[in-house]
Amino acid sequence: MQPVTLTVNGWVRTVVVRGSETLLDVLREQMGLTGAKPGCENGDCGACTVLVDGVPQKACLLLAAMAADCRVTTVEGLPRTQLQAAFIRCNAFQCGYCTPGFLVNAHALLACVAHPSERQTQEWLESNICRCTSYEEICEAVRTAADARDNGVAGEDEMPG
Amino acid sequence: MIPFDFEYLPAHTTAEAVAYYVSRAKAGQSPLYCGGATEVVTLGRIGQLETGAVIDIRHIPSAQVLTQRHDQVVAGAGVTLTQIADSVLIAETFPLLAASAREIADRTARNQITLGGNICGQIFYREAVLPLLVCESAVRLAGPNGLRELPMDRVFDQTLRLQPGEFLVQTATDTVLAGAPWVYVKRRKMGSVGYPVVSAAAIRVDRDIRVAVSGVYPFPVRALDLEQALNRRELPLSRRIEAAVSTIRADLVLDDVEAARGYRLFVLRDVLREIVESLDA
Amino acid sequence: MAGEGRSRWPADGANGQVTQRRTGEDRDGFQVRSGRIGRSVMRKDAEEKVTGRAEYTADVSAWGMLHAALLASPYAHARIVSIDTQRAITMPGVRAVVTGADYPQRTGLPIADRPLLAVDVVRYAGEPVALVVADELYQAEAALRQLDVVYHPLPALTSPREAFAPEAVRLHPDLAAYDVQPGEEVWPVPGTNIATHVRIRKGQPESVWSTCDAVVTCDVSFPQAHHAPMETHCVIASVAPDGCVNLVTATQSPYSVPEAIARTFGFRPSDVRVRTPLVGGAFGGKSSVYLEPLAVAATLAVGGRPVKLRCTREQEMRSMPCHIGLEARIRLGARADGRFVAVEITDWFDGGGYSDRGVIVTRAAAQDCTGPYRIDHVHCDAYCMYTNHPPTTSYRGFGHPEQTLVMERAIDLLAEQLRMDPLELRRRNAVRPGDTTPTQARLMRSSVGDVEGCLTRLRSLLPWDGPPVEDRDGEVIAKGISCFWKTSSTPPDASSGALVYVNEDSTVTLLSGLVEIGQGTKTTLAQMVAEVLGLAVEQVRVVMEVDTAEQPEHWKTVASRGSLLAGNAAVRAARDARAQLAATAAVVFQCRPEDVCISNGYAGCPYTSRRIPIGQLSRGYTFPDGHTVGGFVVGRGSYTIERVTLLDPATGRGVPGPEWTVAAQGVVVAFRPRDYTYRVLRAVTVVDVGRVISPNLAEGQLKGGMSMGLSLGSREGYVYGATGSVDNNQLRVYPIHRYGDQPEYRVAFLETPNADAPWGLRGLGEHGVIGMPAALANALSNALGQPVNSMPMTPELLWRLHTGAEVNDR
Ligand SMILES: Cc1cc2nc3c(=O)[nH]c(=O)nc-3n(C[C@H](O)[C@H](O)[C@H](O)COP(=O)(O)OP(=O)(O)OC[C@H]3O[C@@H](n4cnc5c(N)ncnc54)[C@H](O)[C@@H]3O)c2cc1C
Ligand code: FES
Ligand code: FES
Repeated sequence: MQPVTLTVNGWVRTVVVRGSETLLDVLREQMGLTGAKPGCENGDCGACTVLVDGVPQKACLLLAAMAADCRVTTVEGLPRTQLQAAFIRCNAFQCGYCTPGFLVNAHALLACVAHPSERQTQEWLESNICRCTSYEEICEAVRTAADARDNGVAGEDEMPG
Repeated sequence: MIPFDFEYLPAHTTAEAVAYYVSRAKAGQSPLYCGGATEVVTLGRIGQLETGAVIDIRHIPSAQVLTQRHDQVVAGAGVTLTQIADSVLIAETFPLLAASAREIADRTARNQITLGGNICGQIFYREAVLPLLVCESAVRLAGPNGLRELPMDRVFDQTLRLQPGEFLVQTATDTVLAGAPWVYVKRRKMGSVGYPVVSAAAIRVDRDIRVAVSGVYPFPVRALDLEQALNRRELPLSRRIEAAVSTIRADLVLDDVEAARGYRLFVLRDVLREIVESLDA
Repeated sequence: MAGEGRSRWPADGANGQVTQRRTGEDRDGFQVRSGRIGRSVMRKDAEEKVTGRAEYTADVSAWGMLHAALLASPYAHARIVSIDTQRAITMPGVRAVVTGADYPQRTGLPIADRPLLAVDVVRYAGEPVALVVADELYQAEAALRQLDVVYHPLPALTSPREAFAPEAVRLHPDLAAYDVQPGEEVWPVPGTNIATHVRIRKGQPESVWSTCDAVVTCDVSFPQAHHAPMETHCVIASVAPDGCVNLVTATQSPYSVPEAIARTFGFRPSDVRVRTPLVGGAFGGKSSVYLEPLAVAATLAVGGRPVKLRCTREQEMRSMPCHIGLEARIRLGARADGRFVAVEITDWFDGGGYSDRGVIVTRAAAQDCTGPYRIDHVHCDAYCMYTNHPPTTSYRGFGHPEQTLVMERAIDLLAEQLRMDPLELRRRNAVRPGDTTPTQARLMRSSVGDVEGCLTRLRSLLPWDGPPVEDRDGEVIAKGISCFWKTSSTPPDASSGALVYVNEDSTVTLLSGLVEIGQGTKTTLAQMVAEVLGLAVEQVRVVMEVDTAEQPEHWKTVASRGSLLAGNAAVRAARDARAQLAATAAVVFQCRPEDVCISNGYAGCPYTSRRIPIGQLSRGYTFPDGHTVGGFVVGRGSYTIERVTLLDPATGRGVPGPEWTVAAQGVVVAFRPRDYTYRVLRAVTVVDVGRVISPNLAEGQLKGGMSMGLSLGSREGYVYGATGSVDNNQLRVYPIHRYGDQPEYRVAFLETPNADAPWGLRGLGEHGVIGMPAALANALSNALGQPVNSMPMTPELLWRLHTGAEVNDR
């Protein structure tokens, strides 16, 4: 057991963790942030994706202790942008279990790449599995959100914290 | 959920890392070095790995470099595969390494998997090793007896043969070989994410093709006899490929949920053909 | 809008989606009044799902909650010699260890053939053998590793036909003694490995084979597969001080849980309360009651304290019931003009070590075995076989993707033999009103959609044109089509109830026991209620979470039955609420209740300009002097499925479902002969859904289903080790469609109304998936130039078929 100070969604908090505990378990079990989901706990599905210093990471693969001194952003802490609206408008989710992971990843994509090409979008989003939709809807949502941003539709794109 | 506990020890210098190792080994904790720790986590949770201490080498400055220095492309063991795949320097100086890195796992996982972890891991494929094998890169190791630098062909035999307490700090690759004409092919069961049925890195040096493959054996390999057969330019292409494939030890070929042995060999043929077609100028 | 129901019209739906409405009468009372029907609406669960606030079972925790971990058998078939729990029980944090010895009783629906935890033998690799309950999950998992189980491995039955062989070892020698749930149609054959034998006998096939001008025979097979919902099974169980069992569980069947728990543990069903929050994908895999009894055993072992039991992905793939496997043989005969004469089908389903819902899937596949074609002579034997593979349950399509693959492959082979266009061959045989199904149910325009219309539309939308194979850049562009139907396989008394409350602010709240598994039906129900009450959809709230103690029962959220059962119930509840409001308003307006008009949240009547907000009528209406008329408005509605009858065990004669949804599907593939790889370029579905209630939700369901069907057909399937264990039990090595694998999707709707359903709708939740494997198989057969009759259709399979390579020593 060791104390670790985490900055999650802009809030600084010290938690006592086992060295072998993953960030996913600490977020969900100790911090009450259940947005990141366990889907495989093996790095394969992306449902647990969070941002660590702005970079998408699978929280099930990351030791909580490794995230000390980093800025962690979960779906709960994502700024509200065109992206969420586009996910709703384009029917980019059904059961919603994969959605936090997709949103976090797509958010980072749009933050890092000004105009993601279809190839780039695939390179990023193939990290996540959605069993409900056909992916066409997610593709449409990400494109819609990127276009909306380019057209200056209101929506804040700053990373928090 | 990892059912056992371990100490997590971030090291900031090679000396600190080695010191952690020595003390934890003495305490009977069977310490492990780690990069992204993704394999420690995923094998730990299913009981295929156990340890009492994990020493994170990513914060060691020399493990973080990605640079060109003295006619060598140097990559730190703590660099992530995404950093390699996205690096402009690597794209220009060692595009084969970037290509192999880009095809491993998926991008989010690559944000965490390190070069050192991929090279030193237990998972059969370790595809980042392939470019290093064909380019005869050197590895720089640190351990209780200090630093050493060795060529891949001397330390890599199925796995990187590290001495107790030793870890990989950097790889160094001759600029000329790193920049040689290259091709990288990865064939999966299906789709664009997943382990290889066969993956191969190849370069052309003068007139000769060098190839290293993953997915054929339970380890990455550069086979000189295969290369020799493949380079018999006097033969028609199909004979060269048959000769190359006939050097494969069929009894060692992987035969598992991803692909049956016979199919792997079929894919290998096609991959070799593609390599020759694109490198045989 | 009402007028549009009378003519064919192309709708302006999203993305290549087209609607054709057939001339026909909407059933009385289902006229479209205000355009809420047929319009895309925002999902009711949208906001919570894009903010990470949506709650799933795994997100729930309870005060003082303990954690349970499951030990699964590594062997597919073995005798348990001993289980030593001594070391495990003394591990830190461990509160209890439960083994089969603690629970000798059997559980399982419809056949109670399964011990809670293995007793004496294990019948599949992954079978639960022991449970550890501890303060923390890691402690429970650590203790699992300290359990000493000694197994004596036995030879395993690793295919259904092997299990069918007379000399095969009997996996369930006590089959005759097992309890069968009353009313369920299963016919086990004691003394064999047959968990059910379904017989379909129609006409006299034996006597007509000689009249056929062409006869084809083919064998079709595929292994079991994983449902792969992103949320794994999870249950939290506790026992309250009064002895009531409380469960929170990710299930499609919350109302089946109390009975199952009661039967297994001796409670009264009403003592069991089940909560189901949002479910993170189900696809049929969460329709069985499988994990719940284990969680109850766990809480009982610790004095009723709450215990959470969640499957890891590995356990989800090895221990939980999966998609059924199949080995089938079909013989199909036709006259020279293409008319089908007779068909003979034998299905050996791979039902696994315990039968679970697999036996009902078997029945469903048999009842519709011909697909949507008129065939007067039918002989089908469908067996659900016990094997040493994982148990099986419903999977989106419930027996129909399986049956469709068998039939549609035979049709393409027949077309080849007859030198006929496959689409034309299907069109000629398309089932029409007046024809009968394999179970001799007579079809009416209302009960079956327009098969020919679907095919015609598919022809232009795919497009299906000329010879299907052409060359381009070394790639072969090939097309394949399939045609299918599906009815539900509900018990004849499948029911649903609904309550509609009118709130004081003139909004309404709908309660329904239907589970939101992603399909969006609760949003559709809100649309229906809004339509009946003349409200905006935003003014209708739906309670997403199901609580069996609070919501009226909904049979199960399966079989694409949500909109029919729960839809009818919700509509009736809304009408009841409307009638109650009107009765009160009539007193106030001093008019007849029929004259009261309720819309936009107000009650009005033609004789006065006065309008009263419905909220003011919701608790009775209070006049200025204080006297009050009417009462609390609670709209009640219920619906029980109509016209369904049991099947005759000897012939299968009966009516399995109220209506058939029909569809035609097609795919275009680009195939590379050089390495047998291919890409799906386009996938098309034309489906007769009766009525599109919500285009966005309907299209999403279909495209999602198509993606699942293509993924299943192309790459999914369990790979078993030599002894029958599932060896690819991680998503790392079980490929499923990812972003980038999607082809171009085209979806078109036909609307031939179903008289029994609200606004004439038909089920559609499963249908995207059903014909996709068959269409893909047909396309790849065309591309490869030889029959592709098994799944998954990986490049390795195509290579194997083409080169005749054996599966070497595997
Ligand atoms: C989702 C996913 C997909 C994958 N797909 C592929 C794939 O397609 N192809 C492929 O080749 N691999 C694949 N892998 C495997 C992955 O590349 C290896 O597991 C790799 O080891 C992970 O790197 P890491 O930095 O996280 O390793 P860690 O977990 O940190 O370490 C792995 C092992 O290497 C040792 N180690 C790490 N760094 C050093 C060092 N510098 N010196 C000495 N020893 C060290 C550790 O002690 C440990 O035993 C995949 C992994 C995941 C999670
Ligand atoms: S739960 Fe982390 S990737 Fe699946
Ligand atoms: S919406 Fe269900 S998995 Fe993506």
